[in-house]
Amino acid sequence: MARLGKQYSDGDVIFREGDTGTCMFVIQKGDVEIFVDSDGHELTLRRLGANDFFGEMALFEHATRTASARALGPTHVLTIDKKNFLAGIHEDPSLAFRIVKTMSHRVRNLTDRLAKYEEDI
Amino acid sequence: MTMVEGLGRLSERSDQRPDSLQDGSRIAVVGAGPAGSLFSYFLLNMAETVSLDIDVDLFEPRHFCHRGPAGCNHCGGIVSESLVQRLATEGIMLPDGVVQRGIESYTLHTDVGDVEIETPLAEKRIAAIYRGNGPRNSEPLDTDSFDGYLLELAREKGANLVPSLVTDIRRNDTHMSLRCADQFRGSYDLVVVATGVNSRLTESLEDATQEFRRPGRTKTFICEFHLGRDVIRETFGPSMHVFFLDIPRLKFAALIPKGDYVTLCLLGKDIDDELMEQFFSSPEVTRCFPGGKIPGHVCHCYPRINIDAAKPAYGDRLVLIGDSGATRLFKDGIGASYRTAKAAARTAVFHGVGADDFEKYYAPTCRAIAKDNQVGKVVFGFGTLVQKSRFARRGVLRMTATEQKNTNGSRRMSEVLWDLFSGSASYTDVFLRTLHPAYIGGLLWNLVAGNTLGASSRNGRTRGQECDRVKH
Repeated sequence: MARLGKQYSDGDVIFREGDTGTCMFVIQKGDVEIFVDSDGHELTLRRLGANDFFGEMALFEHATRTASARALGPTHVLTIDKKNFLAGIHEDPSLAFRIVKTMSHRVRNLTDRLAKYEEDI
Repeated sequence: MTMVEGLGRLSERSDQRPDSLQDGSRIAVVGAGPAGSLFSYFLLNMAETVSLDIDVDLFEPRHFCHRGPAGCNHCGGIVSESLVQRLATEGIMLPDGVVQRGIESYTLHTDVGDVEIETPLAEKRIAAIYRGNGPRNSEPLDTDSFDGYLLELAREKGANLVPSLVTDIRRNDTHMSLRCADQFRGSYDLVVVATGVNSRLTESLEDATQEFRRPGRTKTFICEFHLGRDVIRETFGPSMHVFFLDIPRLKFAALIPKGDYVTLCLLGKDIDDELMEQFFSSPEVTRCFPGGKIPGHVCHCYPRINIDAAKPAYGDRLVLIGDSGATRLFKDGIGASYRTAKAAARTAVFHGVGADDFEKYYAPTCRAIAKDNQVGKVVFGFGTLVQKSRFARRGVLRMTATEQKNTNGSRRMSEVLWDLFSGSASYTDVFLRTLHPAYIGGLLWNLVAGNTLGASSRNGRTRGQECDRVKH
């Protein structure tokens, strides 16, 4: 039995807000916390588990990472190269279905949270 | 007896052009190797996306839970870096039980030295797997079959497994019909043949039609050595061992560590006893094994593989995928199965199941693979030159070793060799990188330096006694 990907220990930072991103990640095992720095305080955006992906915005934009990612407990993460991904999309656009679907779900989720936040204030 | 009748010219159009798949359409997939199972999985997945309700019967008489030949599809068992990434992007994660070992590096063995080429990201992204449930006579393994895992994915999506051997395919005006060895009969709107290159069915198809030509094939040799997990960890590590030896007709040789076993894979032109004797007596090979002694193998086979492009077959309501249709030369056959399976599924769901549809939307994928294989022949031609020339081997080894020592510089030769060994990039991509002036300049310099500066000794430095490995 063996596991693919790179191993991280509890608390290891996978990437930091502001880093230049050239890949996305898929969690093989364990949990990952996505967070941003807000006036010196950490604000958790979401918590992800096995089979979830993160860092996907780097595949589509030439911008820096907008949030940080940290392993919660022992975690294995597989890196998806931008070049490999884009070559795959070029040959087979349906490769992006799952990512588009998940990004759509995340936008919907953020919209709901924003609406709730505006109601609260 | 296997028969394929009434197909005529595959590209001939039926009087009544087949409609696209509709609710209630029935699809038969013959063969549940990676191509058949992935086709079924993607077809059902895409059909669900567009709210199409179809039935998929997946015909496979083999049980992948069996050890030895009964459950094995005879293959070296490597899932390439690019395929691992694409499957992960699709949401298909290889479970721990399927992955026998994650490959972290390639160790290149030559008569002028050895060098270990580490994965660019220091990450395990190549999976060593078993197609069945392990070697013949092995103890029950704490593992799962790769093919069995993909078959389960297809079944979870809704494919119906029919454990029968398809012996007869016929075309009627409005549908295709199948008959099996156990007298099962069925009528289908689409038949997908994914039986591989060693199947009687594709042989019959070639005889019965004018347009399908099976790919050229050659015999290879695959065997398993039982060494035990601890010994393998000590001597082989998480590294796939590749040999650049000046042995006529040998194109590629690799030792792949997997759990308690090591798989040997010899590819070339008509592997025979003479070639194997030369290989097993090479000091570069013997010193990889504990005490320099090669143990007896516990399981072996001589599967045939494709060495040139098939003329892919498709017609109204019929398409061939995977090795039966088109595959990559020597490398990443499972990756080619993924590509052809998905292209055929996309065509069937989004365009139609007629010959015109497959010509327009499926054939380009097969042609791209065939075109890349032509470049692959050139790349392997260069590889053969290096294999035959000690002068060239010294230069290649020196350039690679220097790059591996220098963690910050560019690694042009290492990346070319990595992608060539792992099958992670297209041959065209690999070839274009070798035309870069910096690559050519570096190689020329290292050819000179490797053959003048300390050329009398092995370029590599010893790391371990058993394997004489070099890690820079």
